[in-house]
Amino acid sequence: MSKNTLFDKVWDLHKVSTLPGGSDQIFIGLHLIHEVTSPQAFGALKDKNLTVKYPSRTVATVDHIVPTDNQSRPFKDNLAEQMIETLEKNCLQHKIKFFNIGSGSQGIVHVVAPELGLTQPGMTIACGDSHTSTHGAFGSIAFGIGTSQVRDVLASQTIAMNKLKVRQIWCENQLSKGVYAKDLVLHIINKLGVKAGVGYAYEFAGPAINLLSMEERMTICNMSIEGGARCGYINPDEKTFNYMKNKLCAPKNEHWEKALTWWKSLKSDEDSIYDDVIKIDASKIEPTVTWGITPGQSIGINQQIPLLDELSPNDKLVAQEAYDYMSFKPGQTIKDIPVEVCFIGSCTNGRISDLRVAAEVLKDKKVSKNVKAFVVPGSEKVACEAKKEGLDQIFKDSGFQWREPGCSMCLAMNSDKLIGNQVSASSSNRNFKGRQGSPSGRTLLMSPAMVAAAAINGKVSDVREFIS
Amino acid sequence: MKSKFISPIGKISQINGQCISLIGNDIDTDRIIPARFLKCVNFDSLGKSVFEDDRKTLKGRHPFDLGENKKASILVVNSNFGCGSSREHAPQALMRWGIKAIIGESYAEIFYSNCISIGIPCFTLPKKSIEEIQNYCDNQFLFLEIDLEKSLAKSKDLNFNLEIKESSRKMFLSGEWDATSTLLENENLIENKFNQLPYIKFNTNLL
Repeated sequence: MSKNTLFDKVWDLHKVSTLPGGSDQIFIGLHLIHEVTSPQAFGALKDKNLTVKYPSRTVATVDHIVPTDNQSRPFKDNLAEQMIETLEKNCLQHKIKFFNIGSGSQGIVHVVAPELGLTQPGMTIACGDSHTSTHGAFGSIAFGIGTSQVRDVLASQTIAMNKLKVRQIWCENQLSKGVYAKDLVLHIINKLGVKAGVGYAYEFAGPAINLLSMEERMTICNMSIEGGARCGYINPDEKTFNYMKNKLCAPKNEHWEKALTWWKSLKSDEDSIYDDVIKIDASKIEPTVTWGITPGQSIGINQQIPLLDELSPNDKLVAQEAYDYMSFKPGQTIKDIPVEVCFIGSCTNGRISDLRVAAEVLKDKKVSKNVKAFVVPGSEKVACEAKKEGLDQIFKDSGFQWREPGCSMCLAMNSDKLIGNQVSASSSNRNFKGRQGSPSGRTLLMSPAMVAAAAINGKVSDVREFIS
Repeated sequence: MKSKFISPIGKISQINGQCISLIGNDIDTDRIIPARFLKCVNFDSLGKSVFEDDRKTLKGRHPFDLGENKKASILVVNSNFGCGSSREHAPQALMRWGIKAIIGESYAEIFYSNCISIGIPCFTLPKKSIEEIQNYCDNQFLFLEIDLEKSLAKSKDLNFNLEIKESSRKMFLSGEWDATSTLLENENLIENKFNQLPYIKFNTNLL
């Protein structure tokens, strides 16, 4: 059993009681909601004649269903309009702060909360979205919940949960040039498998993690769930505090000093005990691309799609399914596979640093004429900053469409979808069958820089050939 | 769709039903219910759309379309079932189609807790036993009687000692799996916790 890790400290601090069944009752410090997983929860509150217990601890934004081409109201899609209206009504009725379109702070919930300084070390954070693990980058314990648990948090600010075990993933050395946080996390998921994290919180640590920026750390923690871990985190350090300083909702003045002292005490102790420790050599990782239908099915850019015989018995079933669905051949190289759609965005890689890296690759280059390419900033703040830096113009000049903020084609709940069996190079997080809106659409996950390279060449390419 | 859907309520100690086998590892919640069906403000109409894209691809040969499975209520799956998105719409769609319990090799974590929250017990069995059930289902109907008290599944030919998290088992047997009221019983403790947490005091500036 783990001891004295950040996870243990934060969990113990937030434990309210042991419930009759044996689960822990955990206080949720910050609850984030959006339009897709909250309406039924508010409905259930009404049915049970309950109210929101601490409205000030819940914050809302709208991201999943928003169109990215034309955001004027009412939305063209009646169902989408109905969902945003329901959220507006619920927030108004229950006095919940709502960052709506046009507020200057709307965007993907996991982009918005950190940039507002809502996400802080030592908090427990829950949201009806599996990528809530993103917030662990700040040393908070953050996890996705379902709608019934959204109801529980609204009603009681607590949920019932069993304590997780802690696995430390120690990343040695450093990533080489042209290799990014996305490559590292895809590599980790490939090595450990998509279900290895079930029952665990992942602590990402080591020199390679320390060197990452806050936004890169968010990319890592974001995809913990793709490795099965509901929660992933990184111990807070000076980078964390510098990122947070002066953010709108960050503590100010004397509160800042007190907060800093407390945050520093949260780090996993030198002699803390983990349930498991795994070591990864970050220097050996290449730009990484998925070839299959789970985020674990990835290879380095210079590798071949694995043969069935090279895989463990447990991986064979889903590998066969992947060959059939993707129409790729075992042994085929991933490099040079033609792509038809290129998407930069999502809670994994839709932040300003992601756009900067992609724009650097695209500068003075043109998107292949066979490719539809578009970039969806993660939030209104990201879009605003990108415009200030002229990144939007670089994207547009290259042939990328510049869109409004939202989740967009990561999960294709709006009109941004693949058509037929199109192949997309995507900076998002899931390559599941049908994930990007077409039941036969094919998704190749990669870093934003790799998406930019693929867009220029019209095929999967090694971004290292584009950067000096 | 079968008879009118009624949400489970209260104690769950016995589930009897026909098994429906769905073979595959890492079946994610996007496959169970594609994202376009999440455009709804209630769960009522999800049942008919469960596995929509997989079913269309298989043109009537998907287990959820086979005539002999029409009355099935115990889903038998392989490993990491329900991975990916946290959408509760996935178990809600399964439940509204008619699923009352799931037996599998393993589950993704959020999916598992969603199932428990809405009254679908999820049991685990070793890979070998799951394959035994799935092979049996290929050739004939399997009716299982699941006894949650004893964690036993019985049928005329096959018997299994099921595994389920003790906390989940206790919740179903006591009828306290719908957690809200249990959580609210500790209102004073919650208030104390709220007042004790250091960061509640740090964040005086906005919310």
